[in-house]
Amino acid sequence: MVAAALSTVTLTVLLVGLGLALVQARRWRAGRAAKVGVWAGLAALPGRYLVDVHDVVGRTPFNARFHALTAGGFLAALALSVALVVPSLRHPLLWGGLALALTVMLAGGLMVGYRRRVLRPAELSGGRFSRLPVALTGFSAAFLLVALDQSAGGILPVWFALGLVAVGGWGLAELVFGVWNGPLKHAVHGALHLAFHPRPDRFHDGAGRDTGLRPLDLAQADAPLGAGQAVDFAWNRLLGFDACVQCGRCESACPAYAAGLPLNPKKLVQDLVLSLDDGSDDRAYAGHGHPGRPIGAAVTGPTRPLVGADALIHPDTLWACTTCRACVQECPMMIEHVDAVVDLRRFQTLERGATPVKAAGVLEELRATDTPSGRALDRRLDWAVDLRLPVLAAGESCDTLLWLGDGAFDLRNQRSLRALVLLLRRAGVEFAVLGAAELDCGDVARRLGDEATFQDLARRNIQTLEARRFRRIVTADPHAFHCLRNEYPALGGRWTVQHHSAVLLDLLTSGALAVTRPLAGPVAYHDPCYLGRYNGEIDAPRAVLDAIGAQRREMERSGLRSRCCGGGGGAPLTDVVGERRIPDMRMDDARATGAPTLAVGCPTCTLMLEGVVEPRPQVAELAELVLTATEPTP
Amino acid sequence: MVDVAVLLSVGRHPVSGRARRAPTDARALELALSLPPGRRTALHAGSPDSPALRDYLGMGLAELTVLPMAEGRDPTDALVARLRAAAPAIVLTGNRAEGGEDSGTLPYSLAHALGWAIVPDVVALTLNEDGSAELVQALARGQRRALRVAVPFVATIHPAAPAPRPSAFGPARRGRITVEPVDAPVDTALAACAVRPWRDRPKRLTVGAPGGGSGGALDRLRAATEAKAGQGRLLVGPTPDEAARAIYDCLQEQGMLPR
Repeated sequence: MVAAALSTVTLTVLLVGLGLALVQARRWRAGRAAKVGVWAGLAALPGRYLVDVHDVVGRTPFNARFHALTAGGFLAALALSVALVVPSLRHPLLWGGLALALTVMLAGGLMVGYRRRVLRPAELSGGRFSRLPVALTGFSAAFLLVALDQSAGGILPVWFALGLVAVGGWGLAELVFGVWNGPLKHAVHGALHLAFHPRPDRFHDGAGRDTGLRPLDLAQADAPLGAGQAVDFAWNRLLGFDACVQCGRCESACPAYAAGLPLNPKKLVQDLVLSLDDGSDDRAYAGHGHPGRPIGAAVTGPTRPLVGADALIHPDTLWACTTCRACVQECPMMIEHVDAVVDLRRFQTLERGATPVKAAGVLEELRATDTPSGRALDRRLDWAVDLRLPVLAAGESCDTLLWLGDGAFDLRNQRSLRALVLLLRRAGVEFAVLGAAELDCGDVARRLGDEATFQDLARRNIQTLEARRFRRIVTADPHAFHCLRNEYPALGGRWTVQHHSAVLLDLLTSGALAVTRPLAGPVAYHDPCYLGRYNGEIDAPRAVLDAIGAQRREMERSGLRSRCCGGGGGAPLTDVVGERRIPDMRMDDARATGAPTLAVGCPTCTLMLEGVVEPRPQVAELAELVLTATEPTP
Repeated sequence: MVDVAVLLSVGRHPVSGRARRAPTDARALELALSLPPGRRTALHAGSPDSPALRDYLGMGLAELTVLPMAEGRDPTDALVARLRAAAPAIVLTGNRAEGGEDSGTLPYSLAHALGWAIVPDVVALTLNEDGSAELVQALARGQRRALRVAVPFVATIHPAAPAPRPSAFGPARRGRITVEPVDAPVDTALAACAVRPWRDRPKRLTVGAPGGGSGGALDRLRAATEAKAGQGRLLVGPTPDEAARAIYDCLQEQGMLPR
């Protein structure tokens, strides 16, 4: 009797839950088509859960433990409860096993309750999430009592046991229907998202890192370019947004949110989820909003414009993103926030011409002159007229091709480029530059959504590079490094590309550069996003600093979890106002180390951080520090 | 419902020399697009293949009519005929193009031939119910003059007019370019001209007051603003020694070498 009731309740709730999940799936299946390896993805799913997701969740070990206990206990309890349907299986041993699974789950549920009620991290969402611990503990405790009672032969009165089954059934319904539209969405949607992820290469079973933006097919004339409404995203991207569990790790990592800019990556993803409902608004969202933006002002809908002054996403929110990938790095559901931002920007720029004024001016100069600053290409080498840099003409060859980047037009960065050139000469590296043939790599155009200009620049750069022979490309600009290394291959350009930190490390370890005046003083190092998170290179710059004798000090938020300088993604051009400036906050991290020098490895970081008012640590480029440390003694 | 015709030419980027939207023509189109709805005729006389035409379409213009003609042809008669046929109430164009004779006289010739009024250097335009228009005209040194003009008229747009909206790739690709063949005579005035690139002459910097004076702020302002004539020496075919001596003396005089 009790066993039949328990298994029937469980089965009914699961079947209703499945039905609701199928209804829910219609929302994200409305998106555009996507090429997905279904079976390969499903096969890779357990591995991705245990390795990639665990790697992120395990950064907070307490959370990893309660997930293991709750989910493990829950799944085992469900399987055993369903097994009770078969009368011959209703053995005390099975009841004992069920009791064990439920005990494990109850422990996990209590930990969840402790986190939500006692620790209460500010970035967690409330609303239906507040009921989650009650449902978890209610279900597991009620069914646990029933299972213990049954394994002991049924001491409790039947009406009381049935009452417990009803209470447990409510808890179960709360949990399972939460898969449809509640906290446990992340369980099923998260699993499907892992299997059908738009970037399968980012997992341990692929390349381990996949950060380059995908080229937009500009020849397609029937569909709009980029995403203007929710259904313009591919279905597996919508599925990814729907997997969001609102844990708020992205919110704590986002530099724009910390600076009070009107962007909260968690709310941005929820905006995209909510927009799948027609005729609703965002009042059901119970977390922090975009700073300074009201909640409940806009109407949602899968075919309504996503971005606009009256839409769910204000243009300031969209253009505040620095594309630093801190949110992607922290997301346990492997959501690709930056891809979403760039897709939304593509529509704004390519279809609506709604790029913010200053950024639009830069794009126009870029189209007319191939440089964002609107300068003549043949003036790229003006700063180096005394260095007589060898220019590689078409058909010629050299060992190292030095990609100068837009830093060559900027007085501050010309100093670090000069240092790099002197170091290459000192170490006897045979190198050349492209001179006037080098166009802007297109990084800023692409992050601002101007895919047409990016592809035009990339194609012509690839043509230029294909006409010359060299062993490797070296650049001091991580943005150019990322473009050339990760984004040009999709357009047909494949070369060995190195950031100058790796090259300098080689030269220092091989002895081509001898340290004559070790630095001795303390130095803090700031990781550029496009070198660290985008390319995984966090060791070479540190090894360079160690090799020249610096007492390296780590800032808060460093390495792969470094905080952006505020200069990426065209953010200095879109110039959205917040309460603070992002570089000011980053400089506070540097000040806290007490080091008088802040080492950087990116021209954009140099400008952003050196723009912070004094007193502050002096900003020095890696090449400049190495140049001083390897000055030949007379 | 006021019909507006906009005349659009192909500009030239001052640094790269690449074809682009002519800045004041783009402002004229911006002004036309921000007026209440009505028939908009956009006209270009020249090559229908110029990529810059797509930049205009990218501002949200659905159709652009091209009167095809080769370089060095005079577009005045063809434009007058086309404007007579379209009979717009207002003709807008930039006050100066970046090609052809660059004289800025085309709008005057058109207005003369059409027998309409011309209002140069307009920065703002609003329409009245009675068919007249309120114009704001830019004058020298930032002054403005408000005018009421009865249609039809030709207005040229000043660089101080609101900046044009960015050109977007999608609409640029979708916009239609319609070609209406015309006869255009050779521009004899232009044919008689020799054309060479204009080059900015760098200004000579003067540090401090002339003669190495005290160099106060007033002196520096004078040095930077006053026109000086007859200073410096002109050496024709000097020997290397003479030339070096002259440069050395000059640097010493300016305080850049120790005396």
